[in-house]
Amino acid sequence: MRVRAAAVLLVITPLLVGAQSRARPLAPPRAQPVVVASKPFAESYVLGEMFAQVLERGGWTVERRLGLGATEIAFGALRAGAVDVYPEYTGTGLVAILGEEPLADATRVFARVAEEFPARYGVRWLAPLGFQNTYAIAVRRGTADSLGLRTLSDLARAAPGLRAGLSPDFIGRADGLVGLRRAYGGLAFAQERALLQAVKYTALASGAVDVVDGYSTDGAIARYRLVVLEDDRRFFPAYQAAALVGRRLYEDDPAAVVALGSLAGRLSEAAMRRYNERVEIGGEPVAVVARQALADVGLGDSTMTAGTATASGRPGLLRDLWSRRDETLRQTARHLLLTVLGLAAAVLVGVPLGLGLARLRSGAAEGAIRAVGVLQTIPSLALLAFMIPLLGIGVRPALAALFLYALYPVVRNTYSGVQAADPVAAAAARALGMTDAQVLRHVRLPLGLPVIMAGVRTAAVITVGAATLAAFVGAGGLGDPIVTGLALSDTRLILSGAVPAALLALAVDAMLGVVERRVRPTM
Amino acid sequence: MPDVGHTPTLRAEGVRKQYGAEPVLDGVSLRVERGECLALVGESGAGKSTLLRCFNRLVEPDAGTVWVDGRDVRALDAVALRRRVGYVPQEGGLLPHWTVHRNVMLVPWLRDMPDAGTLADIALERVGLAPGSFGTRHPGQLSGGQRQRVALARAVAAGPAVVLLDEPFGALDALTRADMQTLFLALRRELRLTAVLVTHDLHEAALLADHIAVLRDGAVEQMAPPAELLAAPATPYVADLLARARIRPDDIP
Repeated sequence: MRVRAAAVLLVITPLLVGAQSRARPLAPPRAQPVVVASKPFAESYVLGEMFAQVLERGGWTVERRLGLGATEIAFGALRAGAVDVYPEYTGTGLVAILGEEPLADATRVFARVAEEFPARYGVRWLAPLGFQNTYAIAVRRGTADSLGLRTLSDLARAAPGLRAGLSPDFIGRADGLVGLRRAYGGLAFAQERALLQAVKYTALASGAVDVVDGYSTDGAIARYRLVVLEDDRRFFPAYQAAALVGRRLYEDDPAAVVALGSLAGRLSEAAMRRYNERVEIGGEPVAVVARQALADVGLGDSTMTAGTATASGRPGLLRDLWSRRDETLRQTARHLLLTVLGLAAAVLVGVPLGLGLARLRSGAAEGAIRAVGVLQTIPSLALLAFMIPLLGIGVRPALAALFLYALYPVVRNTYSGVQAADPVAAAAARALGMTDAQVLRHVRLPLGLPVIMAGVRTAAVITVGAATLAAFVGAGGLGDPIVTGLALSDTRLILSGAVPAALLALAVDAMLGVVERRVRPTM
Repeated sequence: MPDVGHTPTLRAEGVRKQYGAEPVLDGVSLRVERGECLALVGESGAGKSTLLRCFNRLVEPDAGTVWVDGRDVRALDAVALRRRVGYVPQEGGLLPHWTVHRNVMLVPWLRDMPDAGTLADIALERVGLAPGSFGTRHPGQLSGGQRQRVALARAVAAGPAVVLLDEPFGALDALTRADMQTLFLALRRELRLTAVLVTHDLHEAALLADHIAVLRDGAVEQMAPPAELLAAPATPYVADLLARARIRPDDIP
């Protein structure tokens, strides 16, 4: 057992070192790639990809972290210097980041954030890209016609009879539902449920909900012929899209900033809605749409060869998954690596911790275990967001989070396993002259091993699942296609991550089940 | 620690032990001469097991002194003391994941005795179990009586002069129990053991012990050889206990 565990560590240690050195190469600053990120929805992907292509055409090496995470994670990564640029909205900067009251005047909003961000966070706003993407509240045309809904004031009156499906982001934010309620008085829906971006419009179109929030440039609004209700009290602040640039790029590489600046003022709302529709509904690759968008504004380059240019029709599901096999295999390997490392750390810390606690008073031990259990209750995205300022983005914060999630079942089962192991035998061994350490080593530990292994098994399955969230901090793995697929409403992409992840969980569970039977002492 | 020696004597003087508000041992004094067996009898909660466990420091008295072979046990290392004193717990307490042979080898192994394996074989022979056929089995593959034989073998394998037994045969059926009592008497004679035996069965006490100490609420009510105890109960409580056990002087072997 011990020899085998050591061998596993020998194999995975260089892999870990390799993964980290790939995330942050130790090369001179000029040769360092520009890290371009985006938030996890189609428009942000398209804009991020446009940034990346503009830079690549100018000769820069680009590292893409598209779909990195919501505002807290993307902005946190930018401040920490883990990301150099990502598309953000001025209204989000004003309200969600600066924590100020929303403003409807676009010029004043930009002036405010452009003034505050460099001093406060060391990051800068480039000139806006030209279009606004403000919140939009949408209903089906039938609902609008039968209830006479045209404005948000109309909606406030009709709300008690309607079911709303809102993104979690929108429900919690000051410039979302909270502020909207204040501006329009009440707005108490019959039912309110949190829905992900990817399923919201489908839910609205199928009649599962009656009202959704969205963005004014969403392609789905056109596709489902939805009615966007007019913001008659001018509540929603201006949301101009712009590149948000980190300190390193701004100070060390002004040429890159100039290149990104060439996009300023070039994109209209109508054009953006069209690009979004092609990605969200047409299922076209982001790289292709971004290249088309750059060509449309005169920044195109027809001789470009990078990326997959073929988007003609969609092949069958199985063929589609098969064509992605290399990618999937690589993501599975990375996923397994994250799982194994997170779990190994949890076992290396958790088992000795559990054994140590078994020698304490039971009250003190229970208290300590409960404290570890509290970590389990922290929502995973929140935990990842906490990690970014400390550990940046990439493999390290993901491993730290996976370790913390796997710790509790390991500690709990180790403690319970050795506590419950044949108390009569343990007492007899002590009465015949075993020291407490010998009782632990020769009686409690071997008899508790099946229970400890069951805890490791539980932790392993939890870790395989939690590792899909690693994609939110750019650590890769099978979460990558899931996050991207959710953002782009691409079911096949979601499946190409979710199916291997499920299979991996089953395989890991089965494998550890065999180990669990092997360590069961002969009795 | 020096060897317990050839003339072991167990002695307790004014031993008190309290858990919470209730005293479990309330000033117990008694002694066991070399090669003798003392039976501790009494009702549940009278303090029998607690007193027994004072002799190998599984229980530390709040007051009073316990001597083993003339030495105050507080002056001895507790772990070393336990390795020198045989112990048979209720229900055997064998390690279920160890073979019978390894179980019996436990104390010789803990004491780093060079011929531990041979000592285990000898002890198994003594309790009537062939090492060849029983040594490789696990406790789960044995009958209740066989398990208690292994527990006895384990207690005597390292050649202790003193053995403590905590209701060792309480869970066995009547026939097996009689066999075990015969075996214990033979072992005592053969190994010249000094023994303390906790039992709630007066018949067993009268059969196996040289002296019987009746405990009541943590104090010795009467201590005497079996014949004397039966002939002249010192208190109404002892008389009542004897009457309830339906035991008569001619029950003494």
